[in-house]
Amino acid sequence: MSTDSNKGIKFTEQLQSTAINIDPDLKKRANDFLKDAELPTTRNEAWKYTRLAKLNKVAFVQNEDTSLSRSFEIDREACRITFVNGNLATNLSDLKLPEGVNIVRLRGNQHEQFKLKTNPEELFGAINLSYLSDGIYIHVSKKVKVDQPIEIIHVLKGSDVISNFKTIIKAEEFSQVNIIQGFFAEDGASSCFMNNSLEIDVMDNAILSLDKIQDENKEAFHISNEMIDQQKDSTFTINTHTLNGGLVRNNLNIRVLGTNCSTNLFGTYLLNGRQHVDNHTVVDHKVPHCESNELYKGVMNDQSTGVFNGKVFVREDAQKINAFQSNANILLSDTASINSKPELEIYADDVKCSHGSTTGQLDEEAIYYLQTRGISKTSARNLLIRAFVEEVLENIANENVRQFTESRLNDRFNWAL
Amino acid sequence: MVNHFLFDIMPNYTEDDLAKDLEKKEYKFGFTTNIESDRAPKGLNEDIIRFISAKKNEPEWLLEYRLNAFKVWSEMTEPEWAHITYEKPDFQDITYYAAPKQTKKYESWDDVDPEMKETMAKLGISLEEQKRLTGVAVDFVMDSVSVATSFKEKLKELGIIFCSFSEAVQDYPELVREHMGTVVPTTDNFYAALNSAVFTDGSFCYIPKGVRCPMELSTYFRINEAGTGQFERTLVVADEGAYVSYLEGCTAPQRDEHQLHAAVVELIAKDNAEIKYSTVQNWYPGDEEGKGGVYNFVTKRGICGTNSKISWTQVETGSAITWKYPSCILKGDNSIGEFYSVAVTNNMQQADTGTKMIHLGKNTKSTIISKGISGGKSHNSYRGLVQIHKSAENARNFSQCDSLLMTDTSGAHTFPYIECKNSSAKIEHEATTSKIGEDQIFYCKQRGISEEKAIGLIVNGYCKEVLNQLPMEFAVEAQKLLSISLEGSVG
Repeated sequence: MSTDSNKGIKFTEQLQSTAINIDPDLKKRANDFLKDAELPTTRNEAWKYTRLAKLNKVAFVQNEDTSLSRSFEIDREACRITFVNGNLATNLSDLKLPEGVNIVRLRGNQHEQFKLKTNPEELFGAINLSYLSDGIYIHVSKKVKVDQPIEIIHVLKGSDVISNFKTIIKAEEFSQVNIIQGFFAEDGASSCFMNNSLEIDVMDNAILSLDKIQDENKEAFHISNEMIDQQKDSTFTINTHTLNGGLVRNNLNIRVLGTNCSTNLFGTYLLNGRQHVDNHTVVDHKVPHCESNELYKGVMNDQSTGVFNGKVFVREDAQKINAFQSNANILLSDTASINSKPELEIYADDVKCSHGSTTGQLDEEAIYYLQTRGISKTSARNLLIRAFVEEVLENIANENVRQFTESRLNDRFNWAL
Repeated sequence: MVNHFLFDIMPNYTEDDLAKDLEKKEYKFGFTTNIESDRAPKGLNEDIIRFISAKKNEPEWLLEYRLNAFKVWSEMTEPEWAHITYEKPDFQDITYYAAPKQTKKYESWDDVDPEMKETMAKLGISLEEQKRLTGVAVDFVMDSVSVATSFKEKLKELGIIFCSFSEAVQDYPELVREHMGTVVPTTDNFYAALNSAVFTDGSFCYIPKGVRCPMELSTYFRINEAGTGQFERTLVVADEGAYVSYLEGCTAPQRDEHQLHAAVVELIAKDNAEIKYSTVQNWYPGDEEGKGGVYNFVTKRGICGTNSKISWTQVETGSAITWKYPSCILKGDNSIGEFYSVAVTNNMQQADTGTKMIHLGKNTKSTIISKGISGGKSHNSYRGLVQIHKSAENARNFSQCDSLLMTDTSGAHTFPYIECKNSSAKIEHEATTSKIGEDQIFYCKQRGISEEKAIGLIVNGYCKEVLNQLPMEFAVEAQKLLSISLEGSVG
């Protein structure tokens, strides 16, 4: 055990290890790791800009109450499954699945043993394994093009509640599917913690797009560990849009294991108050002839902090890789800050890789131009911010998701002209 | 008139000459001078520090400074965050002091030990020739003790002080005491602390108020004694409104065991002053298997007053390990920091280099241009920090880091840190990594230019932005150096 009482993990003390045991070896390793795990400090490179000490001030509890005062949805046409604090809310879930899609709950069901990708020696991965509330396994059969999007809604409710949830997705060869993950908080939810884990296998020639909408509240903690493996000729697209949250950390790890893959990562984070959003992305090119595109944009106001760390690996012999990464930020106040760290690690020579990062403010001349056309200064600024993030939002292929995202932003920032 | 320090080439250098030069693939300056030296016993403890301090007849405050640094260092651990792998040096197996036996100062060139003269001739630095041909005053540092300082008289007339660090300690203790350690404190990092404890000599330069130094000041460092780590200390102070251009060039003899070099360079540009600091570094990089070679762990940092400017230009081709981040603290309003770098690694070399631009003052500007070239099995990393503090209104930064890969076994990495706390700042960072253009090589070959030469041509074009920043004397030799460093690097 740690001798320094401040460093130890205190926020899990009241939690009960759950019976869900989908990968026993891994769970054992996670439990062992947690025995004397410590909260990473900012001296740890991966957490350099994100302080976690706040977590230890809350004694999180598990809560199985699934009643909600209202329902949450992003795409009204989607097949929806709702979880409240990590527990299935049957009344808010569609039971009719699209053809070719099979969804299994991890809790209470007997099923094949999974080989998980989670690193049991990583704090939040280990906590997730050890205290898993529930999880789902989404399986898309071979050669099935799923027309109806599948929407998984997570709602946080109550106070000091933790939800440890795992989503496993397997898109079989030649399949095509759009999955929406929505993270919300019920009115009045305070100091809740969503510790989310996602594992995806995109098999040969499959096309998978994931729209992730984070719209919790200013007090919520959210940590996501996402591990994606891509097989040959597959396409994977993820849109991560953080609309609201207190302390948010997204660890997105994509391993490109097969040739001829295409990988797209898009994200926005629009922050105010004391919000802190940290996006860590890794694209690991292990084989030749692949392409990856990454674009993240952030707007920080008030005392908020944005963190972006994008890593692109091109491994030895992974020739003919085109990897592009871009991060643009706007600071709207002098008390807001941004820490951007776009990284390239390249071990092959026949590659085209680039990254760019910019930080700036709204163009005064553009604002002036709009003002001369009779648009108020506030509207002009909003218009420019909107245009700035639109470049990312327009990559959301699902029209309904895009509309939802835009209207939520309009509501929150009063963007309506 | 162009002066060639490192390459004894003809004034009208032809392609054939280049071809001949290219044949000499062995490290050119791999020889040792046999001068018996006054050595301290191996190892590091307080007694050794007292020994060095006594040897150099230092005042009490400097000994205190050293001992304090040693105390700090003893509690530190070696940094491990850099993208390099190497066998850590045994700090108790290093001789911390070695001086040529003859320590008496030379009145004239004739008094200098003939063997030493020969060393300089082999290096291509004949002081006489330099005096005659160029306006460069050279402070030649050989195994930590300055043996000849030229043009001193001329500089003295202007009130410019340019001498070895130990001389400065004796002659201008107040100036040294006032500025030393103000930019790189002893507690800064492991190697800076080590240097602060055991530094033997270096250069000191002071430009008085409003004086524009009429010549490029230059100093040569040369690691000579087997197993002797060199711990140089350079302090350049440009008083209000002064200007100085300072050159530093390095070569080292071929050695089998790793040699440690942990220098500290401090630049102080007061209000309205400007310092231009250029480096060509060509220490022994080790053989093809990576055996031998210099470990280069350097702390270089400058601080800017109001309206002042510090510009770092470096061409790094040598050393087995390079760990170096010349930085600027832009403290004064309207101050400017610049960093231009070419880092070439070949064979088993590893370089983790870059810069830090700390914006504190209003309207501060910084530019970073970094060009990395990796050949053989080498790894070349750019690591940079651009930090805009709350107080830095209208700060501006532009960074560009390009990497060129010559082989499929080499690596190029970029680790930029961008931290911004002011909404009026504009920061741009751009990095690209690509292979040397096959079509460009083909085009050259088509016109009868051999592949090797074509590569030299392309690489020099690629680095032009940085090379243009070098003073004339350095630009020419840097170009040669690039071509030679990249010999046989294309895979």
